[in-house]
Amino acid sequence: MPSFTLLGQSLVSGVLVGGLYGLVALGLSLSWGLLRLVNLAHFAFAFLGAYLVYQMGTSWHLSPWWAVLLIVPLFFALGVVQHAIFLYFRVVELTSLLVTFGISVIIESALQWIWTADFRRFETPYASVSLKIGAMYVPVVELIGCIAAAGLAWATWAWLRWTYVGKALRATAEDPEIAVAFGVNQRFLSFLLSGVCAAYAGIAGAFIALISTLAPSQIWAWLGVVFAVVIIGRLGNPLGALIAGMLIGAAESVAMATFSPAWAPVVSFSALIVLLLWQPDWL
Amino acid sequence: MTAHRAISGAGIGLAVCLLALLPLAGLPAFYDSFLYIVFYWISLATSWAILSGFGGYFSFGHAAFFGAGMYTTATLSVKFGVPFLVTLPAAAAVAASLAVGVGAIVFRLKRLRGELFALLTLAVSFILATIILNTPIDGGAGILTSSVPLPHIMPSPSQTIYLLGMLMCVGTLALAYIVAHSRLGLGLYAIHDDEDVAEVKGVPTFRYKLAAFAISAAIAGAVGGVHATYVGFLTVSETFGITVPLYVVLMSVLGGARHWLGPAVGAALIAASLYTFTSGDQAMIGRGLVALVLIVAILILPDGIVPSFLRWRARWTAQRATAPLPPVEAPQPAATPSGGDRPANAQDSGIDRPVALAIRDARKSFGGLQALRGVTLDIHEGEILGLVGPNGSGKTTLINVITGHFPLSSGEIRLGGAPIQALPAHEIARRGVARTYQIPRPFMHLSVLDNVAMAAAFGSADHGRAASIEEARRWLDFTGLRAKESALPAELNLHERKFLELARALSAEPQLLLLDEVLSGLNPTEIDHAIALIRQIRDRGTTIVFVEHLMRAVVELSDRIAVLNEGTLFALGEPGSVMRDPRVVSVYLGKAHAA
Repeated sequence: MPSFTLLGQSLVSGVLVGGLYGLVALGLSLSWGLLRLVNLAHFAFAFLGAYLVYQMGTSWHLSPWWAVLLIVPLFFALGVVQHAIFLYFRVVELTSLLVTFGISVIIESALQWIWTADFRRFETPYASVSLKIGAMYVPVVELIGCIAAAGLAWATWAWLRWTYVGKALRATAEDPEIAVAFGVNQRFLSFLLSGVCAAYAGIAGAFIALISTLAPSQIWAWLGVVFAVVIIGRLGNPLGALIAGMLIGAAESVAMATFSPAWAPVVSFSALIVLLLWQPDWL
Repeated sequence: MTAHRAISGAGIGLAVCLLALLPLAGLPAFYDSFLYIVFYWISLATSWAILSGFGGYFSFGHAAFFGAGMYTTATLSVKFGVPFLVTLPAAAAVAASLAVGVGAIVFRLKRLRGELFALLTLAVSFILATIILNTPIDGGAGILTSSVPLPHIMPSPSQTIYLLGMLMCVGTLALAYIVAHSRLGLGLYAIHDDEDVAEVKGVPTFRYKLAAFAISAAIAGAVGGVHATYVGFLTVSETFGITVPLYVVLMSVLGGARHWLGPAVGAALIAASLYTFTSGDQAMIGRGLVALVLIVAILILPDGIVPSFLRWRARWTAQRATAPLPPVEAPQPAATPSGGDRPANAQDSGIDRPVALAIRDARKSFGGLQALRGVTLDIHEGEILGLVGPNGSGKTTLINVITGHFPLSSGEIRLGGAPIQALPAHEIARRGVARTYQIPRPFMHLSVLDNVAMAAAFGSADHGRAASIEEARRWLDFTGLRAKESALPAELNLHERKFLELARALSAEPQLLLLDEVLSGLNPTEIDHAIALIRQIRDRGTTIVFVEHLMRAVVELSDRIAVLNEGTLFALGEPGSVMRDPRVVSVYLGKAHAA
C-alpha cells in the first residue's frame, strides 16, 4: 500500500492531467453533441497545433503564449474549411467518422514527413517549475493547463446557456428543421462551431506541446481515453467533459500508484464499460 | 439456369484447385508471400463486413479479434506444444467469445448504439493490448513463432502458409456469400437501414447482431492464427496497432461493404497497391495515399465500387432491354371496391366473436408524461376498429405498446389469450401482429420487392426465400406496386410509399393489422382505393385496428369506434352512436372543425 502522501500526490497530478483530457475532449464533445459529426481528426489537429508551437518555440524562440494567438485564428479557418467539405458532400455521422479517420492518417503522415517519427520534447524555462503546497508538488505548466481547461469549459458552457447563439445551437442539435423554420441560420452556426472546435484543438495542442513528449504516433494514444471522457461527460456538455476528464485522470493516476503504471489504460475503458452496463438516464 | 449454375460451380472449383497448386508451378517465393498477403486482407476485410458492412455496425476493433486469434495460436503452439492446425479452431473460438461478450453489452443499448459500438470495440482493443502486454501472455518481450512446426501439406513452409491463407480466403468468401443470401443476411440488411422497424417486422435483432459479430470475429481470429506463423514474431504494438482496423474499413468501404464481394475487391486493389510501398519513408507515404483514397472514395462513391458497378450495369442492360419493347403497362388498380355491398356498421359487427386482442389497464409513461393512463379494450376477431382522438391522445403510443416497440409501464395485453406485453417486438410480430407507419419507413437500401419479401420472410408464416418472394409479389399485385418492384423506395411517391407500407404489413400474413393513418396525405381517389383495399383485407379474416383522422373513412369502414382522449378510453361503440355522443363531439370533433 503506497503512502498517504504518494496517493495525495498522484491524485493531484491525476486531476491536472485530467484537465488536459477535458481540454482535448471539449471540441470533440461539442462537434459530436451539437453538429452530429464525430471528428476523429480532432486529435490530429491537436498534435498539428502542438508541433507548430514546438517549431515556433525552437526556431523563432516565440513564447508558446504568443504562438497560441497565431494558432487560434489559423485553426478556426482550418475547422471552417473542413466543415465546408463536409457540407458539400453531405457527410453524416458515421461517414464523418471514416472521413476524419482518413484525415488523421494524412496529418500523421505529414507530421512524420516533416518532424520524423522521433520523440521530441519542447524545452521551456518553466517546464520543470513546480509549486510546493504542503507535501504536494504542483507543476506550474500543468496547473495553467488545467486552469485554462476549466476557464474554456466554463466559458463555453455559459456561451451555450445564455447567449442567443448558444441557444440557437442547442435548438439546432435537438431538431435542425424546426430550428431553421424559426429563423435560425443553421449553416452559419455550424461553420462557427466547427471553427471554434478546431481552435480548441489548437489550444489543447499548445498544452500538449508544453506538457508531454511529441511523436506523430502519439495521436492515437489519446484517442481511447478522450472518447471515454466525451461519452462519460455527456455529448455536447462542456462542463461534463471537464469533470469526466478530471475523474478519469485521477482514477488512472491512483491506479498507477497502487498497481502498476502499465495498467492505467484499463481504468478509463473499464469505467466506460461499467457506464454502458449501468446505462444511466443522462447518457 | 441449372446448367449455367453447374458450369459456374465447376469453374469456381477448377480455379480454386489451380490456385491451390500454384506454388508448385515453381514461381519465385516472392509470389507466395505477395498472394498470401492479398488473401489475408481479403479474408480480414470480408470478415469485418459480415457485421459492419451488412448490419451497419462499424467496428474499429477488428484488431482485437484478429490479435486474440494471433496470440491464442502463438501461446498454444509455442508454450503448450499444441499442433498448429488444432490451434486455429481455438483461435476462432476465443475471438468469437470475446465478440459475444462485447456484443452482449453494447447491443442492448437503444440510443447512440452505432457510435458506442464503434468506440467500445476500439476500447476493447486497447484493453486487450494492455492485458496481453502486462501478463505472461506476452510480457513485453514478444513471442517468437517462426519455430512452430507446420504440417507438411506443401513442400516448403511458405507454400503451406500460402495454401492455408488461400483456403481461409475461399472459405471466408463462401461464408460471406452464404450469409448475404440467407435469412441472417436479409435481417442484417434490414437492421442496417432501420433497426427499430426490422425488430417490429419480426427480425430478432439482438440475436442476429450477436451471431454476425461472432462469425465476423471467429474468421478474424482464425486468420490471425495463420498470420501468427507468417510474421514469425509477434509484438503487441504491431498486432493491436491501428493498421488492421484502418485497412479493413477502407478496403470494405472502397469495394462496397454491403455486397459480399465488395470488401474482396477493395482489399485486392489496396493490398496490391500497398505492396509497392513497403520500405521506410515510402511506407509512410503509402499510408497517407491510402487514407486520401479512403476520403475520396467515401465522398464520391459512398456505396463502393461493386454496388456502383452493379447499378451501372443494371441501368445499361435495362436501357438495352426496354428500348425495343413497348412501355410497361400501367398497373391495374388491383382492388375494385367489391366489398362495398357490405354495410359498414352491420349488426354482425363481430361483438359476439372471440376476442383477438385484450388490453387491460394499459399504462405507459415517458418520464413525467403519461401517454396512456389505463386503457382497457377488447378487439374481436375479424372486426375493424377505428381508433380516433385528438393529437397526443395516445393512439400511436397504443400501437407502439401493442407491437412491443415500447414496453408497458403497467397493465396487460393478451393476443389470442396469451400475454404478450413482456415479449420482444420480433416475437410479437411472429405471433401475427403487423403495423404500418404513419410516415412510411421503408428500408431505403432494399428494393420494393425485397422490402416486402423481407416482411414475408420474418412474418407469422415462416416462408423460405423463394416462397417469400412469391408472397411478396402477390401483395405487390394487390396494392398495385408490382411494376415498381425493382425500384428503391426513394423513387416512390407518397401514395406508393403508403401502399408499400401496407404491402409490407400484409405480406407478414397478420391476424391483427394495425394501420397508423394510412390515408393521411392521399387524394380522394387514392382514399377510395385504399378503403376498398382495407375492406378486402378484412374479408380475408384479418382483424384491423385503424388509426385515422379522416372521419368519412372512419365512419365508412369501422364496425366500432374507440375514442381516446388524454390517454384514456373516452368512448366506445358503433360509429353512429359514438359520433352522435355530445361529449365526443365537443372533445374531438370540435377541435377537428376548429383546425
